[in-house]
Parts: sequence; structure tokens; C-alpha cells
Amino acid sequence: MSLRRPDLTVSLGFLELRNPVLVASGTFGYGLEFGPFLDLETLGGIIVKGLYFKPRPGNPPPRLAESPSGLINSIGLQGIGVKAFSEKILPQLEKIKTPLIVNVCGETDEEYAAVIDFFNKHDGIAAFELNISCPNVNKEGACPALDSETTFSLVELARKTSRRPIITKLSPNVTDIVEIARAAEEAGTDAISLVNTFLALAVDVETRRPRLATVFGGLSGPAIRPLALRMVYQVAKAVKIPVIGMGGIMTGRDAIEFLIVGAKAVEVGTANLINPDATVSVIREMEDFCREKKISRIEELIGTLRID
Amino acid sequence: MSKPMRPTALPENSPIFLLLKRGDSDIFLADSRPMLRDPTALITKKERWKDYQLLGLKSPQIAEQAQPGQFLMVRVNDQSNPLLRRPFSIHARERDTVEIFFFRTGVGTTILADKKEGETLDVLGPLGKGFTFRKNLKKKTVFLVGGGRGIAPLYFLAQELRAREIKPRIFYGGKTESDLPVLEKFHRQGFDLFVSTDDGSLGFKGLVSGLFQKELLRSPSQPAQVYACGPEPMMKAIASLAVARRIPAQFSLESIMGCGIGACWGCVKRIRKGAQAEWTKICEEGPVFSGARIIWEGKDP
Repeated sequence: MSLRRPDLTVSLGFLELRNPVLVASGTFGYGLEFGPFLDLETLGGIIVKGLYFKPRPGNPPPRLAESPSGLINSIGLQGIGVKAFSEKILPQLEKIKTPLIVNVCGETDEEYAAVIDFFNKHDGIAAFELNISCPNVNKEGACPALDSETTFSLVELARKTSRRPIITKLSPNVTDIVEIARAAEEAGTDAISLVNTFLALAVDVETRRPRLATVFGGLSGPAIRPLALRMVYQVAKAVKIPVIGMGGIMTGRDAIEFLIVGAKAVEVGTANLINPDATVSVIREMEDFCREKKISRIEELIGTLRID
Repeated sequence: MSKPMRPTALPENSPIFLLLKRGDSDIFLADSRPMLRDPTALITKKERWKDYQLLGLKSPQIAEQAQPGQFLMVRVNDQSNPLLRRPFSIHARERDTVEIFFFRTGVGTTILADKKEGETLDVLGPLGKGFTFRKNLKKKTVFLVGGGRGIAPLYFLAQELRAREIKPRIFYGGKTESDLPVLEKFHRQGFDLFVSTDDGSLGFKGLVSGLFQKELLRSPSQPAQVYACGPEPMMKAIASLAVARRIPAQFSLESIMGCGIGACWGCVKRIRKGAQAEWTKICEEGPVFSGARIIWEGKDP
């Protein structure tokens, strides 16, 4: 075993990360909740819970249903809005020397633009992650992510409005993920992250009622990892911009699977809910893996899937 | 053995860790005490009554911090199925040990009930905001009402009330006699006990809220405070009786929980905030709420 510490840094081009591990929006609150459990400066980056311009009430409970190795949620993007976030949370997050990424939501294209415009002036924000899976109130609740044209026009607007890099987060609930990824790339997104949750349903057979108040929810956790990995692989092959992979990562080896299929970085999501310090062990296990395999720079692993 | 995990980047015994408390902003107003993850809480005690189970978990730092009404998030195994931790009220504290008391209902509680003494569990806690005590309660009588496994947090509370020279009267109800497994424990400690069963097999025949109402009407002096935990219709009934007599009441709410630390926003209930009502995280701002703030669901009892 080499004593030299493997180099875990990765570059997204527009952003250098101390390691490839970010936290997935919606699974890490506004970041500060995790202060008691880990040093936030060990993370590659923090992506906070999705922000709409205004506070948002969210969905009625029950909002959670467990499934085999999975979690189905329908939180409904409840949140405090940009004003409370910038006044109460942001000043504390800005003190932490870890790239901060704001996940941007909107009920309309205009709201997305308003959120970006609001945060443009904050130097403490490294990038925006565009959550294109928000139901659009003008389009019967359909989200922009489901269609390449709506994806294109929203990403184009966000790119035009933003003074920071844009990471577009894709929904897996589409027929052809590559088509949507290409639309986002053409519209000028700086990077792509995927996948958001899979639309899912759980039923209580005793009552014959859905287990979530909203009937459907989004499935996350280890159950989706192979599906997510397939999509990340397809997208990474099809686009030139950096891809950030996520879906059910629990361990360092899970994360490395995503790097091998072409992701430059990963987001750890549901694992944070189970072990608040899950990212710390993911990072440590990635480092151990590199040491074991005598890999001096973790970037050497990216896109090295062997198919003979 | 059970050494709580510390943030990796900080040196061991770093005083900074102890300063990393939640409650830095009013968004996270939950609790100012630090939370811990103890990956190896040792099972030192196990008691079982049919489908009811009590486990004692040796975890000195969690025990030291624990307050009545707070809860633990317990991982039942190291697999990804079941995926989530399970929330449990802290039932009792005995020196360096905290106890949980639960009913075997599903996959998670079944795995947990089959654990043996000497095995370890990965535990987060103590979490949330527990019961509070007004200063003027000293020497006064307060009523504690527990329905079924809702009795869990009330034993720890009763112990604490005693230590504060507040006099608890315990109302404990269940479907039938065998649904009151920790009755004996309260009895041994000499607590003032009122018991009900739906079928009349022990004590008052009927709901514990009925017994509570009967005693309120009979009692020459009203309790200074009510604390309750149990099924929601029971708590709702207790709440309306307490409101009618202007007795302050606190309730420990239950919900399906994702993380227990305020991150996932999965465990919400309708709670008043000023003139508004909001879906509010039980894990962070609760699980204990003043009755005046809770908007109860369902029909009036």
C-alpha cells in the first residue's frame, strides 16, 4: 500500500472540487442541520434543498413510504423561500469553505429566473442546480424535464439570466434521457446532474389506499442505483459537458461505479437520511479504493468502463 | 465499547464539537443540546411481554444528554432493507443506559425485537424537543395520560417530574390487561396510577380519555398540567377536555419519519405558528407540542 495520499480532487471545468462527493438536494436540508454530525468542509460540495422564490407549504402527509431498499417521498418541495434562506441560512453557509450550490425551483419559467436573479448577487454561491422536475402551474402540472423543448427553453432562460454556472438536473421519468440531456447541452447548460427520483406508487393492502397522500411519489435509495447508473452512462457518452451522477449511493464503491461510467462527480442523497455522516464514509472508502488499486488521482477512473 | 462517533476533521475531544449545536438560527430552533451518533450502543437489557418489547441501550453520552420526550433513531441492521432508521421515544434512563419500549408491528420492530443482549445498535440521539416544565409546577399535581404504547415516553417523564418535586398522576389505558405491560414498573415505583381497559379486564372499563374525564370531574383540584401520548383520537379527546378547563397540555406526536434530524421534511403535522398553520417537522420542532398549537385531524371525538 502506497503511503502517498490519493488525489481526490476533480474538476468540473467551471468548478474545482476537493473530492467528487456532493450532497443531493432535498436530502441534506439547508446544510446546517448536518453541522452536529460532520465537518461540512470535508464535502466536495453542498447542494441545498430546492428553493422557490416564495415559501412553499408542501404536500399533506403521509409524505414517506419505505419500499425494498428504497424510499418513496412526496414532500412537495416545502421550503422557506429565497428571502428567509438568504437572511438566515446563507450567511452561515458562506463561512464554510465548501462550494455551495443552490437548487433552483419554479412554478413557472419566470419564477426560476427570479430565483436565479435573486442569488446572482451572492458571491458565496458557486453554481445553480436547475431542478427542471418542478410541476409547472401553467402546464397542468407537467414538469419541464419531461420534454426536450420545454427543457431547452427553460435551460436557455436560466443560462441567459445566470451569472454562475448552471447544472441541469434531469428526471429519469422520460422515454429517452439522452434526447433531454442533449437539449440541455444545446441550450447552454454547463453541466448535467442525474437522476432525480423515479415516479412510484406504494399501496396499503389492508386499506387499499395509496401509502402517500399524493398517491404517487419519487423513489430513491439503493433500489434505483442500477437504473440510475445506466442513464448516467448513456448521458455521459452522449454529451461533452461534465455529468454528475446520483442514485442510491451508499458506499464509496457505489460512487466509484458512477465515476467509471463517466460521471465526473457524484451526489449522495438518501444515504444522508440514514447516516447523517454517510458522505464522510463514502469519501473515505473512495480514498481507500484508490490506495488499494494504486490509483494516484481519482480522475483516472472517470469514464473507464471496459466493454470488450 | 460505545464510543460516539465524532466529526472526522476535528481532533478527538475537541471542544468545538460540543459547540456545534443545532439551534443557531430560528429555522432550526429545535434544541440546543448536541446530538450524537453512537454506532455501537450495547444492548444490556431485554424484557418482553408478548408483542411488547423493552431494550436497554448502554450509551453514556446519549444517556447523559437525554430529556423526557426526546427520541432516538435506531438502525435495526446494517443492510439496506429496511432502509430507514426507526424512531423511538426514550422510555427511561438508568445511569448510562437509555431504554426504548415498543410494539412489534412490522419488519423493523420485528428485527429489533429479535436482537439479543450483548449485540450493538447504531443509534442517533437524543433528538427533538421534549416535554417542558413551568416553574410554578413544583409541589403541584400533573396528569400523565398514556394510551397503549404511547406510555413509552411517560415513564421517563414521571421520573423527571418526581425529581423536580412535581406530583405525577398516571393514566394508563389499553385494549386489554395484557396491553399494559409496563404497569408493574410504575406500580413498583409507587406512582399514583389510574388504569383503564377497553374490555374492562383491568381497572376502568372504557377508553383512557373517559377515565381521565371522570377523574377531572371528580377531582377537587384540577391538575396544573397535562402530558399525553397515544393514538391521535385519544390525544385529541384529552386536548379538548384540557382546553375546556384551561389546563395547559403537552402532547408527544408520532409520525412516519425519514431522518429524525430535520433534513427530509417527511414527518410533518399541522402546527400553528402565530395566526398561520404550517406543515411542521415533528422531529425538529417536536415531537412534543403544546396542545394549543396542534391542529388535530379527523372528526371530533
